[in-house]
Amino acid sequence: MKSTKSTKALLRLLALLMAFVMIAAACGDDDGDDGSADDGDSAVTDDAGNDMADDDMVDEGMDEDDMAEDDMAEDDMAEDDMAEDDMADDFSAAFLYISPIGEAGWTWAHDQGRLHAEEATGIPTFFVDSVNDGSPADIEAAIRTLVADGHDVIIGTSFGYMDTMEAMAAEFPDVVFEHVSGYKANETNFGNTFGKIYQPRYLTGMIAGAATETNQIGYVAAFPIPEVARGINAFTLGAQRVNPDVEVVVQWTSTWFDPAIEGDAADALLEGGADVIAMHQDTTSAGLAAEAAGARWVSYNSDMSEFAPDAYLASAIWNWGPRYAEIISSAADGSYVPGFYWGGYEDGIVDIGSIAADVDADIVAQVEDIRQQMIDGTFAVFSGPLFAQDGTQLLAEGEVMDPGMLLGEAFFVQGVVGDIG
Amino acid sequence: MIFGLTFPETAVIGLLFAAIQFGAMIYLASLGEMIAERAGVLNLGVEGMMAMGAVGGFVFAIETGSPWLGLLAAAVIGGAVAMIHGLFAVVLGANQVVSGLALTIFGVGLANFWGTDYEGVRPEVQFVDVDWGPLSDISWIGRILFQQSPLAYLAVLLGFVTWFVLNRTRGGLALRAAGESAATADAAGHSVLGLRLFAVAIGGAFAGIGGAYLSLSISPGWTVGVVAGRGWIAVALVIFGAWKVRRVALGAFLFGLAMALPNRTESFDLPWDPILWSMLPYVLTIAVMIAGALVLRNRPPAAPAALGLPFRREER
Repeated sequence: MKSTKSTKALLRLLALLMAFVMIAAACGDDDGDDGSADDGDSAVTDDAGNDMADDDMVDEGMDEDDMAEDDMAEDDMAEDDMAEDDMADDFSAAFLYISPIGEAGWTWAHDQGRLHAEEATGIPTFFVDSVNDGSPADIEAAIRTLVADGHDVIIGTSFGYMDTMEAMAAEFPDVVFEHVSGYKANETNFGNTFGKIYQPRYLTGMIAGAATETNQIGYVAAFPIPEVARGINAFTLGAQRVNPDVEVVVQWTSTWFDPAIEGDAADALLEGGADVIAMHQDTTSAGLAAEAAGARWVSYNSDMSEFAPDAYLASAIWNWGPRYAEIISSAADGSYVPGFYWGGYEDGIVDIGSIAADVDADIVAQVEDIRQQMIDGTFAVFSGPLFAQDGTQLLAEGEVMDPGMLLGEAFFVQGVVGDIG
Repeated sequence: MIFGLTFPETAVIGLLFAAIQFGAMIYLASLGEMIAERAGVLNLGVEGMMAMGAVGGFVFAIETGSPWLGLLAAAVIGGAVAMIHGLFAVVLGANQVVSGLALTIFGVGLANFWGTDYEGVRPEVQFVDVDWGPLSDISWIGRILFQQSPLAYLAVLLGFVTWFVLNRTRGGLALRAAGESAATADAAGHSVLGLRLFAVAIGGAFAGIGGAYLSLSISPGWTVGVVAGRGWIAVALVIFGAWKVRRVALGAFLFGLAMALPNRTESFDLPWDPILWSMLPYVLTIAVMIAGALVLRNRPPAAPAALGLPFRREER
């Protein structure tokens, strides 16, 4: 009798616990990285030490810094403060990443930027990876560790870091905080950076539009937010430029990083008749699905041609290096001014990756022409005549979309098939 | 067209194919958890064991060039990691909930750490879907049932084996006795510790295979977060399935459907909010648990009577 009762109590406890976990998991999908949620705390301290030590790009001089810092981390607070003063001339920058660096994708692109900045400025840089952007406690712990380690610039590369970084910037006025992809800044030490990735998306749309034989392109989309919608619209306009009959079918996944789901969504689009797949998430699984189905693929974040060599057509890629070098060097010489940076082709922060060898030379020439116009700042992706999905005219002939409308894009243009929620 | 909804043939076939694929993956983990629980050991470490299986399977497949060796490694690693729970919860009699949760946290963390160098590595080695010849060419059925990954058939096979061993063999009877009344099993001359450790190890091996299903078949490659909470669904499914193989299988298929349908809202022209759609598996979990609790309120509990209770001989 007794045992049955306690089993029941245990089951009740378990049911409660699981309900919590389910809810947490359901909510956690927004940050797309629930898998690392559990080990967030340990990743902060461990990775900071290990990753730095393991980093083979670090030169010998920096290895000494590493050791000094590792020692510091073990010392108590009072000594930390002293050490910080000692290191005043050792200016350094640190990056917060949402996932491991890997070999391609969002975080990999940021890490390339970090390495570029280090080379360009000569200022040592460090990083902490797998910082869950859905957990303010993890983010805060990571930032506090980095500040205690004496870093002078902290760059956070995931949307969810925004509010915590804002609070930390207020608490540590001597440290420069730069947040990527958000919409907040302050007047002294907290700035915002993003780029017009929709410009290269337009170019990849041209290549995809020319490549499709079914006139149906599948787009594995992340979340119905302006950044994603802008990408889909620009891609569609690019495809229509070379192929007026093309349709872009959108399937949402509500994920940034769930390979099983993203690959399955690509499969569904391919089954529906699409023969080219575009995507917005941070994994390569949509490309692997396209490769397995003998279809084509446009990648995002970085050039992922080696992951699906037959499927790969082109990619819209980030080039964060120059911007990061600018932030770090201006912070070092005291000229840093926070603000809202939204660079485009003219600044070189975005570009198109390698183009598959079998893409028609005429299309490549057209892409190169538009690319040059984007670099010169003479080509606007969103310009009239522009029609919404339902046929209403958004922009008249000769009109160019104003930045407010561009930033808040929560609609689809004509030619996109799908709901924006 | 029914009730204004469209059901394009290819989309329905794709949905059922994906539902079986996802369902079989969860089924493997769930089956393992069910075996452990039938022996009286609740193991909440499924998520961690799946993560270890996913990374271990991928690493060994890449290093040896054989997905089957990867699969074997995943099973061994899953079983080995489960032995941590075996040590604390079974041998030392620690609280099974705490030990299991710790195993999840530890397993996911260790998998992420181990996988650092394999993050985003191109999956040159993976399972290829089975071609059953003429069977695979049958319309509808061929694609849905006879073009799956070898692991889907392995899941079905292991389901039958599990059912047979549990219900038709002396060993299975002893294992169930350890879960219903450990003292009785002990009095009958069985080693309760041995039976429970065996069940936990098998449970871990099955969870490891479930993880390898993800990293070697469904979305080949290793990335942090590839298991994404599916280990928890596997635990919930055991309760859903009332500790019975067939019901767990049915539940796994339903969850497979719930995982695959939100990826096809466009194919079926379903209008709902995409984020609400992605909550479906979790809402289903909660709904099923509430419904189950209501339906089974007045019946004897389906759970093994000694589930969660450590066995110590002197306390019997």
